[in-house]
Amino acid sequence: MKSLDELKAIREAMQAQMGLRNEEGDKTRLVVGMATCGIASGARPVLKVLSDTVMERELTNVMVTQTGCIGLCQYEPIVEVVEPGKDKVTYIKMTPEKALEVIDQHIIRGQIVSKYTISETIG
Amino acid sequence: MYRSHVLVCGGTGCTSSGTPKILECLNEEIGKAGLTDEVAVVQTGCHGLCALGPIIIIYPEATFYSLVKPEDIPEIVNEHLLKGRVVSRLVYEETVSEDGFTSINDTDFYKKQHRIALRNCGIINPENIDEYIATNGYEALGRVLTEYTPDQVIQTVLDSELRGRGGGGFPTGLKWKLAKANDADQKYVCCNADEGDPGAFMDRSILEGDPHVVLEAMAIAGYAIGASMGYIYIRAEYPIAVDRLNMAISQAREYGLLGKNIFGTDFSFDIELRLGAGAFVCGEETALITSIEGNRGEPRPRPPFPAQKGLFQKPTILNNVETYANIPPIILNGVDWFKSIGTEKAKGTKVFALGGNINNTGLVEIPMGTTLREVVDEIGGGIPGGKKFKAAQTGGPSGGCISTDYYDIPLDYDNLISIGSMMGSGGLIVMDEDNCMVDIAKFFLEFTVDESCGKCTPCRIGTKRLYEMLEKITSGNGTLEDVEKLEDLCLYIKENSLCGLGQSAPNPVLSTLKFFKDEYIAHVVDKKCPAGVCKALLSYVIEPDLCKGCTLCARHCPSDAITGKVKEIHVIDQSKCVKCGVCMEKCRFDAIFVR
Repeated sequence: MKSLDELKAIREAMQAQMGLRNEEGDKTRLVVGMATCGIASGARPVLKVLSDTVMERELTNVMVTQTGCIGLCQYEPIVEVVEPGKDKVTYIKMTPEKALEVIDQHIIRGQIVSKYTISETIG
Repeated sequence: MYRSHVLVCGGTGCTSSGTPKILECLNEEIGKAGLTDEVAVVQTGCHGLCALGPIIIIYPEATFYSLVKPEDIPEIVNEHLLKGRVVSRLVYEETVSEDGFTSINDTDFYKKQHRIALRNCGIINPENIDEYIATNGYEALGRVLTEYTPDQVIQTVLDSELRGRGGGGFPTGLKWKLAKANDADQKYVCCNADEGDPGAFMDRSILEGDPHVVLEAMAIAGYAIGASMGYIYIRAEYPIAVDRLNMAISQAREYGLLGKNIFGTDFSFDIELRLGAGAFVCGEETALITSIEGNRGEPRPRPPFPAQKGLFQKPTILNNVETYANIPPIILNGVDWFKSIGTEKAKGTKVFALGGNINNTGLVEIPMGTTLREVVDEIGGGIPGGKKFKAAQTGGPSGGCISTDYYDIPLDYDNLISIGSMMGSGGLIVMDEDNCMVDIAKFFLEFTVDESCGKCTPCRIGTKRLYEMLEKITSGNGTLEDVEKLEDLCLYIKENSLCGLGQSAPNPVLSTLKFFKDEYIAHVVDKKCPAGVCKALLSYVIEPDLCKGCTLCARHCPSDAITGKVKEIHVIDQSKCVKCGVCMEKCRFDAIFVR
């Protein structure tokens, strides 16, 4: 170890991963339906792409988590975006590509991707 | 990139409750479910709630699973990790609320704690230096080496008013200042990790859960006093801590955080381990130093103090593990932050090992000045079976008892000494109405008799005589005169012993005499043990009105002490009775009593 900067580089690289264990602050939650119906229609790759992207872009205030079946099996894979103080947004029939769009548009830019939401697609 | 971290406690407590098997099952099940790339399994140090081990915490949800068994693992993996459904039956009940799960930090056990020394325990992987660095590890060392002069470091520690956490409570900064003032070609920094008090295990938990913090603090101390070599004296009975320390030392050397020219400065520092063979006296500083030198662990008179002539006759500082664990946070967060915690005379926090008759056995770190009532009733969750609090023993074999009269006393160094106990290393054993205080004193004396090194007469022979007198009292042969002699001998041993072991060995007797003299009197005058512990003073009797003459007791008595025919009242012959209690256990009519 030759300098504090070198130490800082290691620290920041590691903190991105350890952020997962931080319980503080109001986080946005990305919830993926991972019951049998969800998994069967392809929720696993969606979950994977969401968690990878959150880490890669260092979105420290976002946590990716799962839930069970919410009863809308025909619309799986379902991803819910729960932002503190806002209404929950439910995206249906997700794919890894669509999930990326949700992160880009909704999480980063704050614009809901209406074409995939449950309220727009099935009214 | 992992989407979930599964933290499994790998402290000694949880390890002995089955962590290795659980880790094996977890890895196997996660592999079977195809989650290897998504879920990281991390072995951490102690969370403190040892009574509920093995403990698993799953992030990002921060779900706290307690008392996990290997059979539960497939369910946790398939339900929680795969489908995202929390396995409610295994969640620590204190974190379950009406609207879902609350944070572990809001439970009674954790709410009142303030974790400084234990801040990383149970949160980072102790076997990975990067995780320590991610929690600002080695930042304090880097800053000290590049921005502080040695005198500034010492001044900071002095200003923080940090006192030794190992027993004596000597101001840490002063110790460093004295060692700095002595010029020598070589000086040493030593760490006392020879935690010997029965029931105390905070140092072990820090070493197991956060070994790098001790290395970092020792390097800071080395820079401050001008030493280039450090030794950690650790008990060989702590195999997990030894392994993790060795791993931590080699990782730190690899990163150049130990070795030559640390952070590109002229400062060089290295650390080696020395294993102790488990002698209690080696926790005493001069005996510890003698043992590192390769000699038989015996104390020597002071002065000269270690700061003048210590290890290999060179100026040496010796601090305890928990004391070191406070140093990096003080450097990083500042003196004012540290002084804002605790009381007027004792700053910061203290880790206590809660044991004995208490619901939440484990490790708690509380601000100085927290009352015993808060520790026992709130954090400790009270006494099992609705029994009444009788006393708490602090400071192990060197300390004393705190009775109910002082239930609201704020715990700090001076308060405890003022009532004849001491902080010690922080063992806190809770006793309820079923504990005999004479027996407790005898227990601790038995320990010190075993552990006395034998060098000085007052301790070697004095403790033995004390033990014999207690033995006499508990066997019902004591007299009032014995009780008086007991006190005289205690004071003599205290005044004349060579080291801390002998000087404090009579404390358990003195403090029980002070607070529970009536129990001693009951033993010698009434020949009764009020708590019903001392066997020689108990007698088992059959209540004639209740005895049905079933012969069950007589048939089970191992010493043929019970006589009586079928359907006739039975009688116990006290001269034959060995007080095993089998008759009372077997009697179906509750006709047998202890008097």
